[in-house]
Order: sequence, then C-alpha cells, then structure tokens
Amino acid sequence: MTAYHRPRTLHDALAIRAATGALPLAGGTDIHPLRTARAAWGDPWRPEILDLSAVPGLDGIEESAEGWRIGARTTWTTIAEAPLPPLFDGLRAAAREIGGRQVQNRGTIAGNLVTASPAGDGIPNLLALDAEVELATATGTRRLPVGAFLTGYRATALAAGEIVTALRVPRCDGARGRFAKLGARRYLVISIAMAAGVIRMEGDRIAEARIAVGACSPVARRLPTLEEALIGLHPSEMPRVPQPAHLAPLAPIGDVRATAAYRADAAVVLLRDLLAGFAR
Amino acid sequence: MIALTINGTRHEVAADPLAPLSDTLREGLGLTGTKEGCNAGDCGACTVLMEGAQVCACLISTAQAEGAEITTVEAQDPLLGRLRQAFLARGAAQCGICTPGMLMASLDLLRRNAAPDRAAVEDALGGVLCRCTGYQQIIEAVLDAARGDIAAPIATEAGAAVGAPLPRVDGAAKVAGTERYGADAAPDGALWLRAVRSPHAHARFTLGDLDAARDRLGLAAILSARDVPGRNAFGIMPDLKDQPVFADGYVRYRGEAVLGLLGTRDAVAAVRDAELPIAWDPQPALHGVAAALAEGAPRLHDHAPDNVLVRGHLRTGDVDAAFATATARAEGNFRTAFVEHAYIEPEAGFAIPGAGGAMTIAACTQAPVMDREEAARVLGVPDEAVRIIPTACGGGFGGKLDVSVQPLLAVAARVTNRPVRMTYARTESMASSTKRHPATLHARMAADAQGRFTAFALEGDFNTGAYASWGPTVANRVPVHASGPYRVPNVWNRTRAVYTNDTPAGAFRGFGVPQAAIATEALVDDLAEALGMDRWEIRRRNAIGKGDITPSGQVLHASAGLPECLDALKPEWDAMLARVAAHNATQRRHRLGAGIACMWYGCGNTALSNPSTMRITLARDGTLTLFNGAVDIGQGSTTVIAQIAADALGLPIDALRQVIGDTALTPDAGKTSASRQTFVSGRAAQDAARALRARILALANAGEAARLALDGARLTIADTHTTRVIDLAALDADLTAEARYDPPTVALDADGQGIPYATYGFAAQIALVRVDTALATVKVEEIVAAQDVGRAVNPLLIAGQIHGGIAQGLGLALMEEFIPGRTENLHDYLIPTAGDMPRIRIHLVEDPEPEGPFGAKGVGEPALVPTAPAILSAIRHATGVRMTEVPVLPHRLHERIGGGEPPPNPLPSLAPGD
Ligand SMILES: Cc1cc2nc3c(=O)[nH]c(=O)nc-3n(C[C@H](O)[C@H](O)[C@H](O)COP(=O)(O)OP(=O)(O)OC[C@H]3O[C@@H](n4cnc5c(N)ncnc54)[C@H](O)[C@@H]3O)c2cc1C
Ligand code: FES
Ligand code: FES
Repeated sequence: MTAYHRPRTLHDALAIRAATGALPLAGGTDIHPLRTARAAWGDPWRPEILDLSAVPGLDGIEESAEGWRIGARTTWTTIAEAPLPPLFDGLRAAAREIGGRQVQNRGTIAGNLVTASPAGDGIPNLLALDAEVELATATGTRRLPVGAFLTGYRATALAAGEIVTALRVPRCDGARGRFAKLGARRYLVISIAMAAGVIRMEGDRIAEARIAVGACSPVARRLPTLEEALIGLHPSEMPRVPQPAHLAPLAPIGDVRATAAYRADAAVVLLRDLLAGFAR
Repeated sequence: MIALTINGTRHEVAADPLAPLSDTLREGLGLTGTKEGCNAGDCGACTVLMEGAQVCACLISTAQAEGAEITTVEAQDPLLGRLRQAFLARGAAQCGICTPGMLMASLDLLRRNAAPDRAAVEDALGGVLCRCTGYQQIIEAVLDAARGDIAAPIATEAGAAVGAPLPRVDGAAKVAGTERYGADAAPDGALWLRAVRSPHAHARFTLGDLDAARDRLGLAAILSARDVPGRNAFGIMPDLKDQPVFADGYVRYRGEAVLGLLGTRDAVAAVRDAELPIAWDPQPALHGVAAALAEGAPRLHDHAPDNVLVRGHLRTGDVDAAFATATARAEGNFRTAFVEHAYIEPEAGFAIPGAGGAMTIAACTQAPVMDREEAARVLGVPDEAVRIIPTACGGGFGGKLDVSVQPLLAVAARVTNRPVRMTYARTESMASSTKRHPATLHARMAADAQGRFTAFALEGDFNTGAYASWGPTVANRVPVHASGPYRVPNVWNRTRAVYTNDTPAGAFRGFGVPQAAIATEALVDDLAEALGMDRWEIRRRNAIGKGDITPSGQVLHASAGLPECLDALKPEWDAMLARVAAHNATQRRHRLGAGIACMWYGCGNTALSNPSTMRITLARDGTLTLFNGAVDIGQGSTTVIAQIAADALGLPIDALRQVIGDTALTPDAGKTSASRQTFVSGRAAQDAARALRARILALANAGEAARLALDGARLTIADTHTTRVIDLAALDADLTAEARYDPPTVALDADGQGIPYATYGFAAQIALVRVDTALATVKVEEIVAAQDVGRAVNPLLIAGQIHGGIAQGLGLALMEEFIPGRTENLHDYLIPTAGDMPRIRIHLVEDPEPEGPFGAKGVGEPALVPTAPAILSAIRHATGVRMTEVPVLPHRLHERIGGGEPPPNPLPSLAPGD
C-alpha cells in the first residue's frame, strides 16, 4: 500500500515532505472529492499522503504587533467564530458560506489556497487583506504575497519539499472587510462570482481600498483601477463607482454555472453591493 | 490496525489510513447506519460527529479519526433519542436515507444551541441534502425536539386509522439508523462487481484478450456481452427490449456498461479503465432532439429508422376553426432540461445464485415484479426461478423503476456461481441511470371574449436518450394531459419520443406532464393578460369539474375538485397580489411576484391494465398479516395501505403486520409509479380486508356492523345483541382473503379518445417569489398548495408528499440541469437545500373517488406538477419576463431582463428599505 504519513511534529512533517514529496492533506475536503471523481471513471488515485492533522502549531489564530498569523490548518468554523476585528469581516463571511457546516468544520484556509480554484471563496479575501503565505521547508521558511503564490488556474508557487505553515495578515488599523458571494442556491454552492474588499477610512473619506473578484478569471484578481477610483470618496459615493472597465484584469468564462457575459455583469453588481455594504 | 473510538467504544480496524471514515465504519465495522450518497461531501448523508462537531465521514481519512471521539447514528444519547422521536412524529423521515445525517447534524446543533430558531436550524442542516421531504417536516422536528414538545404517538382504535395523521409504521428503523438499504448488507464472501462504462456518447469498440487481463489484474472474472446467458437485452416496454446489459461492440451513450469487473473490492477498485483491452472508435454523437432528427442523422436503432421511438396523439374538435374565431390567442416555444432524480441512495444490491438456475436478488427498487422479468430474461430462465427481495429504498421518484444493478448482478452471480454485490458510485448512478425527458414544446391556446378556452394545440419532442425506457409512456401521457385541467373543446396534441446519444430518459415523477404544464400554464397567463383578466379568475372560469368532458372524451363523474382547490386559494391569492403591489410600488431592484398554476394527473397507467393483488391472512396463532407487494420508496404506501386494510377489516392498525414486496411471498402489486399505490393497491387491500371481514362475519353469523377485537388467538365479534368468540387456534386453516383490483380504463383510439384513467388528482398552487433584478436571482418565499386527494388517508404523509413535490418542482424551475459529462455529481448538479425552500401552506380538498379506497386517490406526483409553472408565473409577475426555458438559472433570467445595463438611478442598492 502507498504510504500514509501522519507525523506529530513539524520537523518530521518537513522531513517527510522533503524526502518523499508526499501530498499534504489537511481537512481533505478537496482531496477526497477529487479521489472520488477520478475513481468514478476508472482512474483510481492513491497518492502518498502527508497528513498534517496531527502536527501541532499549525492551527489557530495569533495576534502580534505586526498583525495576525492564521495557522495553515485553521478551519473555516474557527475563523467564523474567532474574535477578530472588522478587518476580517469579509473572510469570516466567506467562512460561513463555504460548503455547509460539515465542510466548514474540516476545510482549512491553506487547503483552500493551495487548491487555488478560481472559485475558492477564501482567496479574494486573502488578496484584499494583503495576506502573505508563510512557507516552510526542512531548511527554512519564506513568505510570499498571496498574489504571487497563486500562479495560475489551480497552480501555485508551492515548491517541492514545502508546506504552507500560516497566512499572515498585516495590520490595517480601522479597516473593515466585506464579502459578497453569488451562487445558484443557498447552501453548498460553488460561487458563480464573488467579491471581497477591505476599506480603510481617514475621517469620512476612503484612504485605502483593496478590492478583489473571484470566479471571473483563472485566478482571483485585485482591481487596481477601481481601488484608485475609490480613494478620497465618501463611502456613500462608492457604490456608483464600479464600471465594466474596472474589470479589465478579469477574464470571465462560461461554464455550467453561468455564461461569461453574466459573470461580467454580475461582478459589477456584486462590487456595487459590496461597496454599498460599507456605507451602511 | 487503526484504533477508533465510536460511540464510546474502542475498535481496532484494518483499513487504508486514507480510506474515508464512512467506508471504514460501514465495511470495516459493520456500522451501516452512516450512509454514503456521494463520497464527495456533497450530500451529507455520511454526517457524523467528530469531537462533537458535524463532519462528513466521507471526507475524513480513517487515520484522522484515530484518537478522536466519533459519534454516529448508532449512539445512545438522550438528546438524540428526543430527535428520533420528533423525526418520527413529524414525518421527517420519508425514505430515510438522509435521516442519519440529518439526525447527526441536528444533534450537533442542539448541543451548541439548545434553543435555535428556524434560521439556525437551516444553517445547521444546510449541508445535508434530502430529496424527499422538502425539509419542512425535518426543520419542524428539530424545533420540536429543542422545545421538548413532541407529539405523543397517536393510538388509533379499530376503524379510525384512515384519516389519522399516523407516523409511518416503518419509521422506527429509519430514525434508529437500522434500516437496511441496498448497500447495507450482503452475503459473506460476496464478490464485488464494478461496471466499466463508456466514456464516449457514441462509439464502436472491440475487446482484446479479457482472460489475460483478468489474470494480470488479479480479478475473478471480467464479464462482457458474451457472458450474458439469456438475452442481452432489457427495457420497460413489453415488446421493446432495446438496452443491452453489456454493450456488444457499440455504445449509444456515455455511461453505458461495457464490462463487469469481479473480484475483491480492492482489486476491482484498483483497475484503471485505460489499462483494459478496449479499443474505442468514437463516432459523432447525436446530442439533443434536433441533431437526431436532422437530415442524414445516423440511425441509432434498426427499429427506428428516423430515430423516432414513438408518437403520441390526441385530437378532438376542430382546432383550426377554433383558433380562427378566437378572441385571444397565445403561442410559445418552451424548453426543459434533463433532470436527475438525485435520490440520495445510489443503486445497490446483491445477488445469490441458487441451484437449478435459481437466483435471488436483493436491491433497492420500485418494481420488484418487473425486475424479476428482466433478470429472468437476461438469465434465460423462467420468471419463477428469480426471486426479488426489495431492500429499503432510499428514494426513487421513478428512477428505480428501471433495472440498474439487477441484470448485472444476475449475470455475474450466474457466471461465477458466487454471491455478488454492487454499489453504484454517485457519478456512475447519475451518468448511467434514467432522467426526466428534456422537452422541446411548441404550444398554442385560444380563448373567447369571456375568457373561456376554446382551443389548445401542442407539438412536443421528448429526448428519450439512447434507449426507450419509459419514452412511450411519456409520449402517450402528455397528449392526454397537455391542455391542463381545463374545459377545452378543441385540442390537438402530438408528441414524439426521439432517440439520441444522450443518457436514457425514463420515468420521473409526472412522466412528462410537468414539462407540458410549463408550456400550458404560461399560455394561460398569456390569455389572461391579453383579455385583461386576473390569472386566478381565468383558471377558475375554465377549471374542469364534475360532469365535464376531458379532451379524451371522458366524463368526470366524480372526484374532480379543482374548482374547490382554486376557491381555497382565493383569499391568499388576493392577499399575495396586494402584498406584491405594495412592495413593488417602492422597490425597484428586489421585486416580488405572485404566480399561479393548476394541474391534473391521471392515476395509474395510461389506458393499460395495471392491477394489484393483495392478500391478508389471519393465522391460527392470531397473527394478522398483509402480504403487500407494493414497495414503499419513502412515499408511505406501507403505512397508508395498512391504514386502509385495518379499517376495512375493522381491527386496529397495530394488530397488522406486513410482508412487503418479496416476489416469493407477496402477490403482484405492480409498480410504485404513476401515483397508483394508494389508489390501486390500496383498493386491492381494502377489497381483500373486506373479504376477510366478510368471512369472519359469516363464521360468526354476525351482521355488517359487528365490531371485531383480536386478543391473541381469540377473535371477538360483537354484534348489536350478541357477542361471539372464535378461537382461531381451533380452526382447520388460517383465514385468508385475496383481492385483485385493476382500475377500469378504456383503450385510446387513434385520436386519443377513450378512458385513459379511472381517476385524476387535481391541484393548484400559488407562489410568491422575490427577484433580485440586478443579479437575476430568484428566491421562492411562499407557496400555498391546494390539492384534491379524494380522501386524506394520512394527512401527515400527504403533507410530506406535497412538500417534497414542491421541492422537486422548485429545483426543476430554478436550478436542476443534468448535462452528460458535465453535471454528473451533486457538486455541479444542484438540488434545493434546506435554505432554498419557501414557507408552504396546504389546503387539502377531499372530493371522494368512488373507485378509490375510502375515497382516496393518488398524491405523489401531482404535488410536483404545478410548482414550476407557478414559480415561472411569479417571476413574470415580478419582472415582466416570460421565461420559456428551465431551469431559470440567474444568467438565463439576466439575459432576458436586459443584461449589461447598469442599474437605473438612483442606485437601487441604496434605495430606502432595501
Ligand atoms: C461539499 C463541498 C463544498 C465546498 N464548498 C466550497 C465553497 O463554497 N467555497 C470554497 O471556496 N470551497 C469549497 N469547497 C472546497 C474546500 O472545502 C475548501 O477549498 C477547503 O478550504 C479546502 O481545505 P482542506 O483542508 O479540506 O484541503 P485538503 O483537501 O486537505 O487539501 C487541498 C489541497 O491543499 C493542499 N494543502 C492543504 N494544506 C496544505 C498545507 N498546509 N501546505 C501545503 N499544501 C496544503 C493539499 O495538498 C491539496 O492539494 C467545498 C468542498 C466540498 C466538499
Ligand atoms: S457521502 Fe459524504 S457527503 Fe455524501
Ligand atoms: S427522506 Fe430525506 S432523502 Fe429521503
């Protein structure tokens, strides 16, 4: 039988990862369905597994002067229920809308990121939070901005021998986050499109805006021209700003969930709704 | 060995550490209360608690459960006990396959939150799919359990069962998690069978050396067409067995079985299909009816040169003349998609070979006697050699009328002479099993100046996929029903069932009528609009009723309660319209809309004999047994038929035990389809029980009104003046009575004239929707249903059928679209979740059917039919857009609302009160 490793220390985990290249497994909510999908058409898949679930120190949220460190294995339920500041309101809203409660209890933030699905609900939030990925190998650690870590459709910069140990979110005092998801049913639904944003005010004016859209391009994208256009506005003025031209970084496609044209239109509406939410 | 702690008990189990916990629980530890509906996190049937939190056991690697506390439905726990009771009392378990998952998700919730509100319950249950109940009774049950407010079991006296909202008699095992479905049991040492299926929609193929492959792969056998001992053919129609068990060099759809791999579970699972000696020669595929009917399209079956399987036809009056003189005319083209049954239990079962050609097959099914015929033909043995023992059925909705695993198991068990078991994977189930026919409809309708309908015409093409299955039934049922439950003097309906290279379409709750109703009800709205009439008013004016003549020329002598259904809805309709008007006066983006639709549905087969036979025995030891061949697929026939039999006999229902649907033990009660079990089998049970009562009364020389009481083997017969006691033990033989009932019908002539059904169900529904016009999303907020059920034998179960029908109708309208190769799992194929359901209110109309038992008639299918058209009517009311294609996915509605336009100023998202 192909090996299944379940190390009890990070050191062992990294050593196994380096020596065998075994596939990291966290909540398994992406890996198990993938196995099932492949088996259904006679393509059984039993990779060598590096189960991270018994490695201490990979879960939970810590706050420091620099910001927050969200352990790789932190589940969506933990994020939804953590006492986090309004900066995280978008990420927490996403946490409540990923799958159903069962998936939220198991699925992890790093698993969502490494799967790098265009429809991963965590990803636009991490982009809007300016999060960095903390990566470790047996020989050291490095950090990469989430935008640089995601290299393409279901592709990342995760190197051989590497695992994600945490997501790092820098402080952004007074900022608030929001998230808007669009799906064809209430629960257990993959996004047709979604938008995430973080807004920081100075006085009654927008001082900083970080806006990202998911499921409308191979990788979720920030929208720099929209972000610039928001600076200096009063919050009540924000909803009228998003225009189709702001979506230039996106490349919506048509699939079973929606047409490309709808995605493009819906993204603008979601952005307006998202920004209207900040004004409330 | 992996050590697991399940419900407080430590177990050591050998398993691949990556194997899903659900699999280890079921196959490793025999804890089959935890169900598997998808193995992908999509259905929640496998929900267990891990460290007290609900998780999908199919997403947990067994190794991850080591050291954790796992709680399954088998647990003993006071709170869980309360939930079980509440589920039973509320009718929250229909087929019961989702029940273990629902119970565990509820337990997780109530431990976190002892007093949840409705929204919290929906949140907690959002990850568990139920295809039967529409979630209402489940949510109520959880709220009841939280409040500790659980209805006490109803004790019914003799003669009081019919009409009582009794919990289902087979419910205890469902809430305990001990019910045995197709995949829950198998003989020791059974070989596993896995079908290798075509990845191509249309292809020729040749097979290489299978024996060598078998040896190389360590399998017990590799089966192909050449191994089928009898005829390599099955199919629903008596004279058209067009589907092979194993394709013979040629496949007509993606998902068709080509080979059967037999061996240990691990061995068959480890085989890569690409390594098998199959040389494929893909052919251009005919997807959709237009391709199959196109000039020069290849012929898919020799018996259908133009790819038309069958035509249906009904004609009465002079449609052309009526259209020419009408005041208002409406016309439209409509399209519906393939719809998947999405029963949460994938097909499963096992077969045990016997001596002398005998074969026993246990599997989930809706039609044991038909399964027997199919298996016998494939084996080349007489029907009597095959015994079908239905397992509990985790949902059917028409999809388990056709055989699935049965012929494959039969062949495999015969060839190897060993017991064999098989469980379809979710994707295999979806790719290979039948679907609702996609319909392409062109319909016209006309009315006079008073809004009276004068003419209706429909041309409909139904994509029957690669094989006939129930295509002829659909093609024949639709012409009879298509003009709707209205008086229409001039009707001309023509249908075709067309072969394509798509997944076979078969029977699905309503047999084509739901598709046709989408067209008809839209035209009714058109006519109302053209004439400036209210949509309720035009329906009420035309509603067919007692004494009216159907387009088949049938006079409705009795039990035609559509006018009463509409009257029951009128106050709520008016209130809904007022609410919509008030809301929309101030809201531009989020628009409300009210919609309405009606339906009728003939119970039983269309102008074909469909008898049921029931036997009831009062044995000398005092046991009273109903030999009931009707399989209960969750809809409740076991309970309803027992209520009927008990009251007809005059003994309390608790005295009755049942033997259900074993072809060796029960007489033929036909299929569980066409809303016929309450009506047809119920009537046979009533007649049998009455005959037994007559024998008892004769023995006691007692009058009709005598009261019976059974105490052990002492049967007391109390007449007005005398009381007699019969010592059953002293009789020479058990007392037995049998009765057969075949609903009276008259064959249809070339113009579809005759008496196709002995009785019809009628219903009307109104729907309130909220449309976000910017995103073009639709939320159904409210549905009020009125349904004429003849007699409500069990109002609790009827409510469950109506809720479930509405849920499926909502799915049909808004989200369900099976696309072969693309939405073959419950991740991409969406069915409603607990959060998608509206509030539902029900008015039952009881216009008794003289043919039916205690006046009852069918309930199951009718509830689904009006839902989708009522929702479409409401969307139109909200947006002005007349949708002619379902499902109304957001992008489809958006396109019609005028996509791309920025929302008008002032920005609607900022509108006050939004
Ligand atoms: C029914 C269902 C519904 C879902 N709905 C949604 C949804 O609405 N929105 C959404 O975004 N997602 C959804 N998902 C997907 C999934 O739940 C999430 O992406 C989840 O966050 C994945 O986390 P995991 O720990 O379960 O990942 P796993 O399956 O354990 O792993 C996923 C990938 O990440 C890698 N990985 C995991 N941890 C690490 C690590 N520390 N270092 C390096 N690599 C790592 C794995 O090797 C693998 O490639 C759904 C899944 C299911 C089954
Ligand atoms: S079997 Fe686990 S979610 Fe369906
Ligand atoms: S009762 Fe829920 S799926 Fe049947």
